[in-house]
Amino acid sequence: MSVVTRRHEEIQEKIENELPDAILDIEEHQNAPAIVANPSRVDDVVRVLKENGYNHLSSVSAVEYENRYESVYHLRRITDDREDFDEINVVAHADRDEPAVQTVSNVFKGANWHEREAYDLMGVRYDDHPDMRRILLPETWNGHPLREEYDVDQPQYTTLEAHANPIEERYEVDEDESALDTMFINIGPHHPATHGVLHLKTVLDGEVVVDVEPDIGYLHRCEEYLCERLNYKYQIMPYPDRWDYISAGMINEMSYARCIEELADIDVPEYAQVIRTLAQELSRIASHMLAVGTFALDLYGELNVIFMYAFKDREIVQEILEDLSGQRLMFNYLRLGGVSYDLPEPREEWFEKIRDFTEELPEKMKEYRTLLEGNELLMKRAEGTGILEPEVAKEYGCTGPILRGSGVGYDVREVDPYSYYDELDWDVVTKDGCDNLSRVQVRLGEVEQSARIVEQCVDILEDWDGEQEIQSRVPRSVSPPAGTENYTAVEGAKGELGIHIVSDGTEQPHRLKIRSPCFSNLSAFSELAEGEYLADMIATLGSLDLVFGEVDR
Amino acid sequence: MLDTSKTQISERREGDVDPRMNSKLREMFGSLPIVTTSLDKVMNWARASSMFPFQFGIACCSIEMMHTVAIKHDMDRFGAGVFRNSPRQADLMIVPGTINAKLAPRVKRLYDQIPEPKFVVSMGSCTISGGPFQEGYCVVKGLETFAPVDIHVPGCPPRPEALLYGVMKMQEKIKRGESSPVTVKPYEIRELQDWDRDEVADFFEDELEPDTLVMNYTHSPELREVSEVEEGVNPTTPAEPTEGD
Repeated sequence: MSVVTRRHEEIQEKIENELPDAILDIEEHQNAPAIVANPSRVDDVVRVLKENGYNHLSSVSAVEYENRYESVYHLRRITDDREDFDEINVVAHADRDEPAVQTVSNVFKGANWHEREAYDLMGVRYDDHPDMRRILLPETWNGHPLREEYDVDQPQYTTLEAHANPIEERYEVDEDESALDTMFINIGPHHPATHGVLHLKTVLDGEVVVDVEPDIGYLHRCEEYLCERLNYKYQIMPYPDRWDYISAGMINEMSYARCIEELADIDVPEYAQVIRTLAQELSRIASHMLAVGTFALDLYGELNVIFMYAFKDREIVQEILEDLSGQRLMFNYLRLGGVSYDLPEPREEWFEKIRDFTEELPEKMKEYRTLLEGNELLMKRAEGTGILEPEVAKEYGCTGPILRGSGVGYDVREVDPYSYYDELDWDVVTKDGCDNLSRVQVRLGEVEQSARIVEQCVDILEDWDGEQEIQSRVPRSVSPPAGTENYTAVEGAKGELGIHIVSDGTEQPHRLKIRSPCFSNLSAFSELAEGEYLADMIATLGSLDLVFGEVDR
Repeated sequence: MLDTSKTQISERREGDVDPRMNSKLREMFGSLPIVTTSLDKVMNWARASSMFPFQFGIACCSIEMMHTVAIKHDMDRFGAGVFRNSPRQADLMIVPGTINAKLAPRVKRLYDQIPEPKFVVSMGSCTISGGPFQEGYCVVKGLETFAPVDIHVPGCPPRPEALLYGVMKMQEKIKRGESSPVTVKPYEIRELQDWDRDEVADFFEDELEPDTLVMNYTHSPELREVSEVEEGVNPTTPAEPTEGD
């Protein structure tokens, strides 16, 4: 019996002892066992799991069945040790007519937004939730679109309203007149510092941010709805490119490919694994370059030198990826069971191109560091601002460079390896600063580590003497067995990018839920920004490196 | 010096020039034939050669838009590289990305805030038809459904070269004094009090103020258009039997 299985049995026993009537059943999902909890006691079950080390709520997804709704919670252990890593699922059934489940947002603060999303798209209500409103769609929307019964052709009305001051009621006290001296401003959805279409409802007291509430959904493109109507084999693959569109397409495709390959039991040849790893790390470099460039854009001002240098380097990476996949940004390169093309010919020339880039990179990184850290102005604004304590970060489910900038070395590539990462030599970058600067430094460090991985992959591919098989034999139609479900994650450029697929035995997924890292990272934003200066809030927003295709999906 | 007594506005010429091309200078010089025509040309040339695009990133295409402005492609070579953050300082609106029902009223408002003359380049398939997200329940099927578009740049996303070509085409058009006609608008954004009573008013009557801007979103614009034509035509078409009487 493996360590993980024993641990699962222990925890199950523990819950049964502490909460006698809370566990109804145990199901088996592809990734881990699932505890079917009593819907009114699900918060207690999750609390016990949290106390026993499952301290990271990855995602909450609502699934519709013929006779019921299900709310599925994916819990993991945040750790930098592979032996200690483990995951477990909790399922709560809800009534068909009026679905309602007890909220877990009092256990994990990060569940707040996830549950609001489940309510918005699937209409599952969470009892005792502090703020049960729609999150992605406009407040005036009619119906819950992921439901089977949703009529897509019904007319809808959306409004353009002036927004009310969210803390006005709190300050409606006559005796304390100084407290009324606040100002409400809308930042976005069109604002150069929001990196997309984020709307921040901000209340200022002088120059200090008293209250900020992110309003998202301006780029909600119905990705889950569309994926549920497309075939596994070819049709879904173009969409992941458009979740995190900052050149991180390869990693997104990998997240989908990993989940369905595990579920449908598809092998990937080793040669293709190496190419996948190479492509993913090039994507990561391009993505982090943009993050650093736009962070400098927010702090220095328009079109400065760091931004230009970062874009120059991105152009090189994009050219390499274009040679590989034929596209600059939306690659559509991975296939189930491998990749779509072999390396571009002549191979030596292409390898030379990558080598030139990686050889020049250390010098360039030195320059980036000098430009960023040698600038007193930037250091003043980045150092010691946007403090995110590791405990708070875990509470909200923050992952990626955000979490590693708070000193927690959780990296999916390390603890739950996929592709070819296990065979390669690289380090997880962490910084203890917990501030904006350390988050940017983590990204710079990761670019160097990615370059290391890229170099090793090029070496392996150059000396490859086996069969150059780019795709394994995949059946004409991919259809995992009915009733199976799987949650897997990969380390995206922004954090843990997870996919939850529920199969009903057809060629199309019954439910495809995207666990976006940016969504969880943004939910911690008010914690980071409140009590800071307005200018520091902009720096914090830049250091979170949000991409709205992924927040809103 | 100009003789102001002779510089009347020529009413006769007003009709055949797009109102977007009208300017204070044109009005001032009025009917002086030689000066007017060449001044128009100069104005159009100046407009085309120093465009101020509006910095408004929506989705994937905005990454390629940044690449177009940044090093290597450098849109400034063509006199359109200074992005303005405020709509009031811009005259070229590049719309890069998917527009959904929540964003559409905002895009419309931003478009309205740009002072005349203004030009729109729509970037990517999403602003043409909804692109790969066309079947989505809240995706607006193209920018042209609620705002006029001068140039469409197809692609998902278009390469920076394609956007450059689109902007240069826009400049050519401006130099020639052309502009695109305003098209049909299935998604209308109007104040609540301006809608027909039966359409929206009942839905929102208790919740909203009469001057709230409201957009009517329908998944299939074709259906919507048909119903609107039927509704619109019937009251306005003169009833023939009464004319005969």
